[in-house]
Amino acid sequence: MAKRIDVSGLHVYYGDFLAVEDVSMTIEPRSVTAFIGSSGCGKSTFLRTLNRMHEVNPNARVEGKVMLDDLDIYGPDVDPVAVRREIGMVFQRANPFPTMSIYDNVIAGAKLNNQRLSKREADEIVERSLRGANLWEEVKDRLHKPGAGLSGGQQQRLCIARATAVEPEVLLMDEPCSALDPISTLAIEDLIANLKENYTIVIVTHNMQQAARVSDRTAFFNLAGTGKPGRLIEMGDTNRIFTKPEKKETENYITGRFG
Amino acid sequence: MTTTTTTPSTGSSGDGPRLSSSSLLTGSLPRSFAPLLLAGTAVVVGGALFALGLFHLVSFAVLTAGVYLIAITVASRAVEGGRKAKDRLVTGVVYCCFGLAMAPLISLLWTVLVNGLKRFDGYFLTVSMNGVIPSMDAGGVYHAIVGTLVITGVAALISIPIGLLAAIYLVEYGKGRLKQAITFFVDVMTGIPSIVAGLFVVALWIMIFGPGNTSGLAGAISLSVLMIPVVVRSSEEMLRLVPNELREASYALGVPKWLTIVKVVLPTAIAGITTGIMLALARVIGETAPLILTAGIASTRINANPFEGQMMSLPVFIYQQVRAMGSSGDAGIYAEERAWAAALTLILIVMLLFFAARLISRLFAPKLGR
Ligand SMILES: Nc1ncnc2c1ncn2[C@@H]1O[C@H](COP(=O)(O)OP(=O)(O)OP(=O)(O)O)[C@@H](O)[C@H]1O
Ligand SMILES: [Mg+2]
Repeated sequence: MAKRIDVSGLHVYYGDFLAVEDVSMTIEPRSVTAFIGSSGCGKSTFLRTLNRMHEVNPNARVEGKVMLDDLDIYGPDVDPVAVRREIGMVFQRANPFPTMSIYDNVIAGAKLNNQRLSKREADEIVERSLRGANLWEEVKDRLHKPGAGLSGGQQQRLCIARATAVEPEVLLMDEPCSALDPISTLAIEDLIANLKENYTIVIVTHNMQQAARVSDRTAFFNLAGTGKPGRLIEMGDTNRIFTKPEKKETENYITGRFG
Repeated sequence: MTTTTTTPSTGSSGDGPRLSSSSLLTGSLPRSFAPLLLAGTAVVVGGALFALGLFHLVSFAVLTAGVYLIAITVASRAVEGGRKAKDRLVTGVVYCCFGLAMAPLISLLWTVLVNGLKRFDGYFLTVSMNGVIPSMDAGGVYHAIVGTLVITGVAALISIPIGLLAAIYLVEYGKGRLKQAITFFVDVMTGIPSIVAGLFVVALWIMIFGPGNTSGLAGAISLSVLMIPVVVRSSEEMLRLVPNELREASYALGVPKWLTIVKVVLPTAIAGITTGIMLALARVIGETAPLILTAGIASTRINANPFEGQMMSLPVFIYQQVRAMGSSGDAGIYAEERAWAAALTLILIVMLLFFAARLISRLFAPKLGR
């Protein structure tokens, strides 16, 4: 498991509007890469192009290349559905399926795809994924209660369990903690630290300490002004980015001086 | 309210809550005051009307409501201050409007119940009009019930798939011109008068089978013309209510679009969709005009085959009996009683439909509780 992502010369458009300009980067396997940058600079937009999720929006299109190991995910014969099976995603707002129980939410990836699971397999996947998401102890007695009845932090961990249950190669997380309290946030950060042994993880965050705590590498995005496209300013080891940034812009951003 | 006004409410000198000691110390009427006042008003107004010999239910209700509204406002203004008084007045007005809206409904149900029960029994439901001559104290609606169930059943079989699929197309797939065109035509179809739908099917039938061919199927198709736009509209609303996040969550698990629609979107919206479909069914089950034109008036025949021959239905049965009310002697009275009993039957069927819809919604509704 865990694959490398290689992006080269990626532009993202919404209709005629160029939202992200010319991003090239390498995302290492079995590590955590954090995206930071001011609001509206295209972090979510860029993240969603990594598993072709932006195609949900009919206006959005990309130019450039994204390689997953040696597969071009924008290649002509590549099925976006298959790409998303390899590259899972966790969203800013927890979104468990309201019609399903906690148990069914975890195995939703298999159930929705009409895969047959024996009871034993299903039980195993549920327990492993929920343990992996640090949620098992809290919900093991009410697995068949609705998933929407959990607290916000628990719901988010349920969503992470759901995403890891299908065993993707890469896990993309768009501000997974922005709606959570510090305790749940710590739980999820611990979880990310565990998950990185098996997955390639990309996390978008507005929380600089969080980026410093959980990530191995950090990418800083910025935009030159309103209406201008967002660009990748610099990327490198988290330690170096936070201690000795090469670019003035990065330094200003991480020290809290803008513009 | 305050968000739309230009001046922020905090600075206004209106009668919003102010933190001056006087406004904190206003008295309040005891909880039982309003109901007691209403009862008192009713007694006084009723008594006065009786004394004058003018008692009538409508004038009694209107006068009581009016006097009560004035009295409660005045009393509340004196004791509780202007804001509370307004609150009480508006509360009263809202209740009055509710009563006004309910009055025709209750009166209708009551009338149908009282008149319908004269003849509504097992015999009436299980016997047709076969061999019944006008002056006979006999006959029932069996043939009409069969017809109504078959015709609306077939209409539902036609309209639900078409309507639901059209709604799915509009919400999940449609874009550009075609989507706009479909939305427009669905809107236009909603406004088609039912008799026109009937005429349309008659014309279609004459074109295909030649004149003089009526059948339950023709009736069902004319009802579908009326039902489809309602199903499309309501299902569309319900599908739009499903948050996009759920679709994205499903896509992110590597689930194809069609499976996402079938297994995530539809189950999430199913409760609302069923309610919408039941409303559409309830709307067409009482249609009379298109059925007279298309399924004919099978006065006596029990026909459960929609593909062949005339078919009776409850609304047409009622129409036929009402037409016969003018007959001389007992025949007219029997016809009237049959009409009321058939109306009661129809209402009961609609109520059963709604009951079933409730049950289905309850069963499938997203489970949010703990
Ligand atoms: N669906 C869309 N249609 C058109 N433009 C969009 C759409 N989504 C985002 N944009 C634009 O793309 C740019 C980047 O937005 P994006 O959501 O990627 O920013 P972000 O870095 O994730 O910001 P935040 O930190 O606030 O989440 C913004 O200018 C935004 O207005
Ligand atoms: Mg974002």
